[in-house]
Amino acid sequence: MALSGIQIYKLLPQTNCKECGFPTCLAFAMKLAAKQVELGSCPYVSDASKKQLAESAAPPIRLITLKAGSEVKAGNEVVMFRHEKTFYNKPGLFVRVKASDPELAAKVAKADAYKVNYVGMDFTIDGFAVEADGGDFVRAVKAVRDTTKRPLILIADDAPLLDSALSLLAGESALIYAAESSSYEPLADLAKKHKSALVLKADSFDAFADLTQKVQAKGVEDMVLDLGGKNLGEWLTRSTQARRLAIKANQRAVGYPTIFFAGQNGPEKEAVYAAQAIAKYAGFVVLDTFTPELAYALLVLRENIYTDPQKPIQVQPGIYEINSPNADSPVLVTTNFSITYFSVANEVEGSGLPAWLVVTDAEGMSVLTAWAAGKFDAERIAKAIKGFDVASKVNKKRIVLPGHVAVLSGELEEELAGWEIRVGPREAVDIPAFMKQALN
Amino acid sequence: MPIEIPKDKWPGSIKKVTLGATSAEGGTRAKSVTVGGETTLPYLHFEAPTPNKPVIAIEIKSHRPDDWSPLLGEVWGDAMNDPAQWAKKAEEAGADIIVLALTLADSPEDAVRIVKSVLAATGLPLIVWGPGQAEKDNDLLVPIAEATKGEKLMLGICEDKNYRTIVATAMANGHVIQARTPMDVNLAKQLNILITDMGLPADRIMMDPTTGALGYGIEYGYSVMERLRLAALQGDSMTQLPMIVTPGFEAWKAKESKVGDGVPEAWGDWKFRAIHWETLTAVALVESGADIIVLRHPESVKRVKETIEELIAV
Ligand code: B12
Ligand code: SF4
Repeated sequence: MALSGIQIYKLLPQTNCKECGFPTCLAFAMKLAAKQVELGSCPYVSDASKKQLAESAAPPIRLITLKAGSEVKAGNEVVMFRHEKTFYNKPGLFVRVKASDPELAAKVAKADAYKVNYVGMDFTIDGFAVEADGGDFVRAVKAVRDTTKRPLILIADDAPLLDSALSLLAGESALIYAAESSSYEPLADLAKKHKSALVLKADSFDAFADLTQKVQAKGVEDMVLDLGGKNLGEWLTRSTQARRLAIKANQRAVGYPTIFFAGQNGPEKEAVYAAQAIAKYAGFVVLDTFTPELAYALLVLRENIYTDPQKPIQVQPGIYEINSPNADSPVLVTTNFSITYFSVANEVEGSGLPAWLVVTDAEGMSVLTAWAAGKFDAERIAKAIKGFDVASKVNKKRIVLPGHVAVLSGELEEELAGWEIRVGPREAVDIPAFMKQALN
Repeated sequence: MPIEIPKDKWPGSIKKVTLGATSAEGGTRAKSVTVGGETTLPYLHFEAPTPNKPVIAIEIKSHRPDDWSPLLGEVWGDAMNDPAQWAKKAEEAGADIIVLALTLADSPEDAVRIVKSVLAATGLPLIVWGPGQAEKDNDLLVPIAEATKGEKLMLGICEDKNYRTIVATAMANGHVIQARTPMDVNLAKQLNILITDMGLPADRIMMDPTTGALGYGIEYGYSVMERLRLAALQGDSMTQLPMIVTPGFEAWKAKESKVGDGVPEAWGDWKFRAIHWETLTAVALVESGADIIVLRHPESVKRVKETIEELIAV
């Protein structure tokens, strides 16, 4: 559990020598509690205090990083609900392939190349899980590694086989699946040898706590829990309990990220299973199906759930050029909420027609939200048009408003003398047709 | 060492709301539907059972909509020309409740006739939405409420600008109210206070916290619902109402569902994408405490129903 400023103060020298740059030890302690300074700034902390402070600063859910050509992180979460602060490390989305699958390399290549843009951000799949199922596992892992640079999860219960496969992944941090209490020793040894993380399976939290201690005793710190659960209800319960134990009860013994297999009850249910895992605390989500439409929906959901509630995603206000506009191109006005901006910009771009897009500072709000909040009114729009000196860019002084704020046109005519105010369609999808028909 | 699982014990609980009245109860519905009654967060059976499972409503319109995705046109076909037929098909598709959305073009007489035809075509409880302009809502919903006295419809969508007349007629005629506020805990409370102050008992109100689609603001709705549910469980009586959400309406507005052409290749197959869009929007809201989920596509209905079954199975 994180210590309060006062608790930290008690562990400091209390001499107020000011060397840390703060007038008192208490002031320094308060900054430490707020995680705004490093303990190292005080040269006089005792070793015993250092140890205590380090323990209290350790996150309730251990941060696990899988590494190859790219990285995936899980853990380090501090709240049960996103509105309490935010969720930090988006669950890695992995696609599972089987060693015996003759199409393995092609499947991996397809998913590996997948890239989709959502409001200006490029999303991809995070990695692959290779499962030993009777085929040549080591060769399969090699084929996968030759095809993708992303981190891997290796699924097998045969330690020597895993050892050979892991030897192919030198310098990486892979994830080994999975150790149970009856068989953990050889796998823990492998995890240590290959600097990999290890998934643990158990059927109760007592058993998990026992197993994590044992694995730790073998020198392995990076663990991931497979909580099991035969349906959505069971997973939700277990996942919630695990999160609570770590965050509310400070149970370090189960304070590890979790892994969830979304395809376990068939492809029909996979989207929903993965969606629940994303919303409800999974650290890694393994898919059996890769299709672009499924990946896109899940990647967007993940982004939405993990967006910091304090900061709406926004774009820089300004005048944006789409399809190389010139002095005769139309001027469209919108807000600086990312979703709004990209809905409009993508449509204009898709139309192939050039335009100027004036993005007003609406504090990151959508058209109607900003309008209702008084952040997208005639005054602000006029200010943007003048501030970005739109008049110097075009011959015809004409701007197009979003259809949802048609009511602003009268007032805007007054604010922007000499400008023609046109009302566009309500939805961005209708912009291309509008530009073709109404703006010639 | 034995690990004790932390359990929440809440002072508050969610009220139960019943829609639809059977003949024994003064209406004509084949059965009524009760939602709400939760005493803990969604589906945490180790703390308390889910007393009433969330239900699915399918949205139909009084006239064939011209702005719906062609994918919806494909599945509902000619039934979209006749609300009674459409309602029947919706019942076959698994709806527990029908939502009938009226349009600005409906006259009060037409609206009453259409509502009656839908009631005759199906035994399910009915929710009726006005077209969303205060004056027109009043013009249509008042005669409907009177003509269906005792049926225990849910009337909507009540917002701060139009609630008075709708609440008054719901009170006089034994109906329930759908109270919508834009994604804000305090605004939701405030509207509930205004409505109960008029004398409508709280067990005749459902909250509609407003929903954004996946990719279009779902995170706001999701978190507001979690906050409303937490406030209710902590004992804030003006948030202790079950919630109705409209992921169908929102998801099918999104380009991802609506159109198939001219979209990035990475968006994949249109039909599956559209179903995922509606289903995932709905499932996220189910996880955050929705009690009535209003959908549009039968395949999403099937998937969300299965989701709920799995979540309530202990
Ligand atoms: C998410 C949301 C919020 C989020 C904010 C999200 C954000 N960063 O903006 C939160 C929860 C914070 C919020 C707050 C409020 N909200 Co709000 N919110 C919504 C919601 C659900 C979705 C908005 C959204 O993101 N839409 C998606 C974007 C892409 O849409 P858009 O910006 O309009 O862009 C589209 C079109 O306008 C068009 N377009 C855009 N630019 C241009 C330009 C041109 C030239 C053209 C032609 C077209 C075009 O293309 C886009 C795609 O089609 C809507 C209801 C709904 N489902 O629509 C309510 C809604 C906008 N909110 C509303 C209100 C009242 C508020 C609040 C005032 C209430 C409150 N809670 O206190 C506050 C105001 C904020 C404040 N005081 O801080 C009302 C507005 C009512 C009205 N008609 O004026 C709405 C409509 C809800 C309702 N039915 O009552 N809200
Ligand atoms: S350097 Fe250490 S001892 Fe000196 S004031 Fe800062 S915290 Fe106190």
